[in-house]
Amino acid sequence: MSDFNMPSLGADMDEGEILAWKVKPGDSVRKGDVLLEVDTSKAAFDVEADHDGVVEEILVEPGRKVAVGTPIARIRQTGEALAKPAPKPVAPHLRITPLARVVAKDLGVDPAKIGRGTGIDGAITRADVERAAAKHEEPHVEKAPPPPSGADKSKREGLRDAIAAAMSRSKREIPHYYLSQTIDLEPALNWLEKLNAGRPITERILSPVLLLKAVAHAIWEVPELNGYWTDGALNQSESVHLGVAISLHSGVIAPAIHDADDMSLEQLMAALADLVQRARHGTLKASEMTDSTITVTNLGDRGPEAVYGVIYPPQVALVGFGAVMSRALVIDGQLVARRSVIATLSADHRASDGHRGGLFLRAIARLLEHPESL
Amino acid sequence: MSRTLSYREALHDAHFQALSEDPRVFLVGEDVNCYGGTYAVSKGLADHFGADRVIDAPLSESGFVGAGIGAAMGGLRPIVEVMTVNFSLLALDQIVNAAATLRHMSGGQISVPLVIRMAMGAGRQLAAQHSHSLEGWYAHVPGLRVVAPATVADARGMLLTALADPDPVIIFEHVGLLALTDELPDDAGAVEIDHAAVRREGSDVSLITWGGNLPKALEAARQLEAAGISAEVLDLRTLRPLDDAAIVASVSKTHRAVVIDEMWKTGSFAAEVCTRIMEQAFFELDAPLRRVCSAEVPIPYARHMELAALPSVEQIVQAATEIARHE
Amino acid sequence: MSTLPDQARCHALYRQMLRIRRFEERCGELYKQQKIRGFLHLYIGEEAIATGVIDRLEPRDVISATYREHGHALVRGVSMRAIMAEMYGKVAGCSRGRGGSMHLFDVQRGFLGGHAIVGAGLPIAVGLAMARKRLDQGAISVCFFGEGAAAEGEFHEALNLAALWELPVLFVCENNGYAMGTALARSESQTDIHLKAQAYKIRAEVVDGMDVLAVDEAAQRAISAIRADLKPYFLECRTYRFRPHSMFDPELYREQAEVSEWKKKDPLLTFRAQCETAGLLDEAAVQAMEQEIASEIEDAVQFSEQAEWEAESDLLKDVYTPRGAP
Repeated sequence: MSDFNMPSLGADMDEGEILAWKVKPGDSVRKGDVLLEVDTSKAAFDVEADHDGVVEEILVEPGRKVAVGTPIARIRQTGEALAKPAPKPVAPHLRITPLARVVAKDLGVDPAKIGRGTGIDGAITRADVERAAAKHEEPHVEKAPPPPSGADKSKREGLRDAIAAAMSRSKREIPHYYLSQTIDLEPALNWLEKLNAGRPITERILSPVLLLKAVAHAIWEVPELNGYWTDGALNQSESVHLGVAISLHSGVIAPAIHDADDMSLEQLMAALADLVQRARHGTLKASEMTDSTITVTNLGDRGPEAVYGVIYPPQVALVGFGAVMSRALVIDGQLVARRSVIATLSADHRASDGHRGGLFLRAIARLLEHPESL
Repeated sequence: MSRTLSYREALHDAHFQALSEDPRVFLVGEDVNCYGGTYAVSKGLADHFGADRVIDAPLSESGFVGAGIGAAMGGLRPIVEVMTVNFSLLALDQIVNAAATLRHMSGGQISVPLVIRMAMGAGRQLAAQHSHSLEGWYAHVPGLRVVAPATVADARGMLLTALADPDPVIIFEHVGLLALTDELPDDAGAVEIDHAAVRREGSDVSLITWGGNLPKALEAARQLEAAGISAEVLDLRTLRPLDDAAIVASVSKTHRAVVIDEMWKTGSFAAEVCTRIMEQAFFELDAPLRRVCSAEVPIPYARHMELAALPSVEQIVQAATEIARHE
Repeated sequence: MSTLPDQARCHALYRQMLRIRRFEERCGELYKQQKIRGFLHLYIGEEAIATGVIDRLEPRDVISATYREHGHALVRGVSMRAIMAEMYGKVAGCSRGRGGSMHLFDVQRGFLGGHAIVGAGLPIAVGLAMARKRLDQGAISVCFFGEGAAAEGEFHEALNLAALWELPVLFVCENNGYAMGTALARSESQTDIHLKAQAYKIRAEVVDGMDVLAVDEAAQRAISAIRADLKPYFLECRTYRFRPHSMFDPELYREQAEVSEWKKKDPLLTFRAQCETAGLLDEAAVQAMEQEIASEIEDAVQFSEQAEWEAESDLLKDVYTPRGAP
């Protein structure tokens, strides 16, 4: 099978619009037969087959414009067999320097038995391997947690193990700092009630969605809270993939809502509902489990006033919301009862400082005070 | 016999020698005659060789670099001084589209034995339009040869070697080096420009650099030695073609490397050096590579901000310590 | 109208223009057959300029031109076989297949490119003049370029340098009215290009670029003036390109009526009519020329068809000069 691509009909042609196909799937074509008509910025051209074969599939329908080089049809050459992709071997990841790996092989040391090394970020270095070889035994540096596997373990224990490993690593490696801010939610909730008033139940926006949106936009102002700490440095993410903590029977997971900052409230509401639904049915996609760039946990429906969470590594921040409740707040010098929430930030001190974290919480508060901007 | 002279004097002497030895050689550039050269490199040359050999050019970088290319094609041996690399951007078309391509486009019929010299680099509070390091841009282009003398001997010798080269050679002279002094034999002449040079031997980490950052790397190596880390300092000297063998040899010895480059980190020449190490010496590495480059900001005017933007001895020491620490 | 020269000269001039015309027509066909690829810029309509100027040069003079330079190379004596093979991308081409249509070079004949960055050839021509002046006094550097170059800074820098440094450059502006699809009046506030040269104190004149005799006479004037005092001279030759800018150009920017009007001034038609009226050229002579030229072109095509492709193992050749070469 070979792809038939949008051809270049001149050095300055970048794209072409398919006007009409002159062939259909199943047709036999000979080299030179006209396959289709293409419109360029300059004129329309007939495009011919470049080899004999059978049209297998038309990939781009007439009326669409595609770049030069884009596959637009599949044409099978006679006698051509389909190639099967080879299965990918899966190897456990070991943090070891290239040189140490070579030396370990030379000295007959199994680096997997060395544990955590003394190099950058715990990498096993040549010196670690040489020490291991000298002792003729496994040097005990630090035991890694047992891998969550085995037929005897229930799925529930598997998730528990994974949480245990991740949270232990987080507390071991990440120097957390914590901030909190009480946010007056009266304007936001009033605005939301007005918005929802004219809508059927199925189309209403729930207040947690407003909180998510505020977090997503606040990230624009303090982007260093959004990303990963890897290889000793902060790698800020350009996209905002909000991890949303969802409680299951077996533990908590935090799958991602991709590009949450680009979504309208309605889209975000739909995405959240869909995510919760699929999390409960165990049909999340792998990318949703790994792509979160910052996590939000909302324990509001369970009553606690505030939550000071543990960062999910390699992320660098976690935002928590407690219960929305009436509190006595001082507004314009008057003591008044207002519905409010305590927002907290757990952040990695390697990646950001309290000053920036404070700005972030303040940005969330400001956005929620002007909900129409969301 | 030998005498002590500065990098600037070495450049001047090299011009004097080149103009004396070969009547085809001439120097052209802005203010090279009456003014004596922006950095006083050509001071006095016009008195000796005349206005036909030391030619003041109008502020027409593309024009006089192009004229240099034509003159070189036509059988002369021009030295074109572009005041600083910043202004060379006005001549980028001639350098990239003509000087570098003519031999190839003509199927090997033409050589362009042109030497272009330019001052470069920050450190003198000249702000965002007069402080660039862009040698990596030129090193990107096949057809050019790019050298960066970091020592007094190279300042003198590389010009002579470049003039003998049949192809276009760009010489980057870091302004921070002009006052550097060293002792040079009276008969010091052309130097080879095919190889990098180990400026200091070491065993724990390689500090790889060139041009204006060599003094910083050497100072960092001294400080590291005091902390018990033995640093090798490799001066690349020629950025195109790059001496891969010397880089691999040094990394194979120390198993760790810090590359110091005054270009901005993104797309820096250091990135190229690191990639070659990954491609050719990956299994020699016992730690991740580190780069010390300029901060991602146009060079600021204020002294403390400019210094903060540039690679520093402290940063080099810190990067080297991080990857070379022992337990 | 200029006075006609003798019959042999008339024949030579007409034959040279006809040779360019037929060669270019064949190139256009070969492009459609995909024998020639890349950009192809045809000189049809402008033949009188290369023919009139280059014929008056000496072997020691050097020429630089643009990407529309097939005609110049032919007049200068670069072999038609080598030019055609170059466009085929064959190693027998005058630039060993590395340059293509836009980069024809023949150092032996002082034909130094084939420069495809508009305006960039001018400073190089200035440098070539520096070298000519120092190494072979009296030799000159001729630079062909289009009127579009006048919008580039390099045009002005080069004119200033040539005048300031008193260099023997003949600047020949082939003003065909369009920089690709942009009419001169849409890109220049001053459309009399020669006035720009005069502003740099360069002797400059306007020439009817459709009249080979007018070009020939202006070239003689300019060349002898340059050889006498080694200072630059500028000819603005007004002409017209009958074909599109390159092969992939639907010509949205000009009226067919305008093209038809200019075709009445076709340098081949007008010169032939002039010669015929004077009894210096007849149908039989033209037919004989047509046949000779057709067989020369056919020979060049056959040569190029059969020529070898360069081995891919030679890819990195000619990026640098082999060490030890002069």
